[in-house]
Amino acid sequence: MITKRIIPCLDVRNGRVVKGVNFEGLSDVSSPVSLAEYYSNNGADELVFYDITASFEERKLFTDILTEVASKIFIPLTVGGGINTLEDFERVLGSGADKVSVNSGAIRNPDLIEQAAKRYGDQCVVLSADIKRVDGVFRVFAKGGRENTGMEAIEWIKRGVSMGAGEIVVNSIDTDGVKKGFDIEMLKAVCEAVKVPVIASGGAGCIDDFTKLFNEVPEISAGLAASIFHFGEVAINDLKSELKNKGITVRL
Amino acid sequence: MIAIIDYGVGNLFSLSCSLKAVGVDVVVTGEADVIRKADKLILPGVGAFEDAAKKLFSSGLDKVVLEEVKKGKPLMGICLGMQMLFEKSYEYGEHKGLGLIKGDIVSMEGRIPKELNIPHIGWNALSFKKDSVLFKYINEGECVYFVHSYYACDCDSSVTATAEYGIDITACVESGNIFGCQFHPEKSGETGLKILKAFCETGEQK
Repeated sequence: MITKRIIPCLDVRNGRVVKGVNFEGLSDVSSPVSLAEYYSNNGADELVFYDITASFEERKLFTDILTEVASKIFIPLTVGGGINTLEDFERVLGSGADKVSVNSGAIRNPDLIEQAAKRYGDQCVVLSADIKRVDGVFRVFAKGGRENTGMEAIEWIKRGVSMGAGEIVVNSIDTDGVKKGFDIEMLKAVCEAVKVPVIASGGAGCIDDFTKLFNEVPEISAGLAASIFHFGEVAINDLKSELKNKGITVRL
Repeated sequence: MIAIIDYGVGNLFSLSCSLKAVGVDVVVTGEADVIRKADKLILPGVGAFEDAAKKLFSSGLDKVVLEEVKKGKPLMGICLGMQMLFEKSYEYGEHKGLGLIKGDIVSMEGRIPKELNIPHIGWNALSFKKDSVLFKYINEGECVYFVHSYYACDCDSSVTATAEYGIDITACVESGNIFGCQFHPEKSGETGLKILKAFCETGEQK
């Protein structure tokens, strides 16, 4: 049976992982390479690297690090952040990424999804959407959640899938950072609308939040989180053991 | 020396690194002479079958691979590279493969329960159907990473492992010196590295 995936997300700026990280036994907690190794050895099913740099020089540093990670860690690597063109796809795929996540770049230019899917295959293109309720309607936000695009979220995701997005990351702005659990209602709505794997993001605060996610939205393929893993509040191996105890299929 | 056959399809960086990690000499090559000199061959591949098959056949490397395999050289196909070992694929039409293993490549659409997502993406457990040298260092039930929408069917005699995704999906095949993995061993953590290691040792056992 296919297992539910647990995915830590690492924000990288200037060659370092930002957001404080707190692990015992890890000498360099902000090195993307040692953190990636740590997660890979401790149950992560996949890693997401988010490039939050702006300058060209920093981009180069990011791809160098990606190459180093890919040469040592043999689980799937997804890269997001600053992906606006096919050249950006080429750059990160050539540096060791397996999948590329598009967000604002696809909002500005939806054809990017189709072009990338044609060139690299659907499996390579992940559409990530930041979604927030506005007057009771799910709306897509751009620029890291700062700008309301006015687009209805489910329609946007369906359009993305029809153009070739092979996976969807749903990040609920409403639950992000609140640590009170994933946005079950929003995730159900997305899972009902599309047939490709959907990854839940935003709101994880404890192990029970993942149990609830996989029990209440059985179609969900994966749960993604950042700070609860980085701060050591939840160890991925403990989380997966607990999910298994609750009858949820995971890779241990 | 293991040769990863480079016919212009997919990203061979991880595969090359994973083989280095298990301690073997590896070369990524599109040159016939290098392929002939190698001890073992790996046929990789991602993307669409038609496009990949066209590239392999137009490169002429298909003939080199077939010659070497006939001589007994071990060959392993990975993901789309495994599918190319078969006779035919029905991915967007009907396309000929290398014909080294009997069977066809068909879509999961309509063959798996409709509530399951396509593509089949993620970690799934292996069920062993037959003994295989590839399983020397792993146990049944270990998980490997899949990404695909099409799968091999009508190939019972060569299936050595399956993964359950509503139906039994062909995960590993073997026929003489020819091996195939539908999943990505180079993305399957320790389990994947152990499968690659076992493949790298195949010739030495005989």
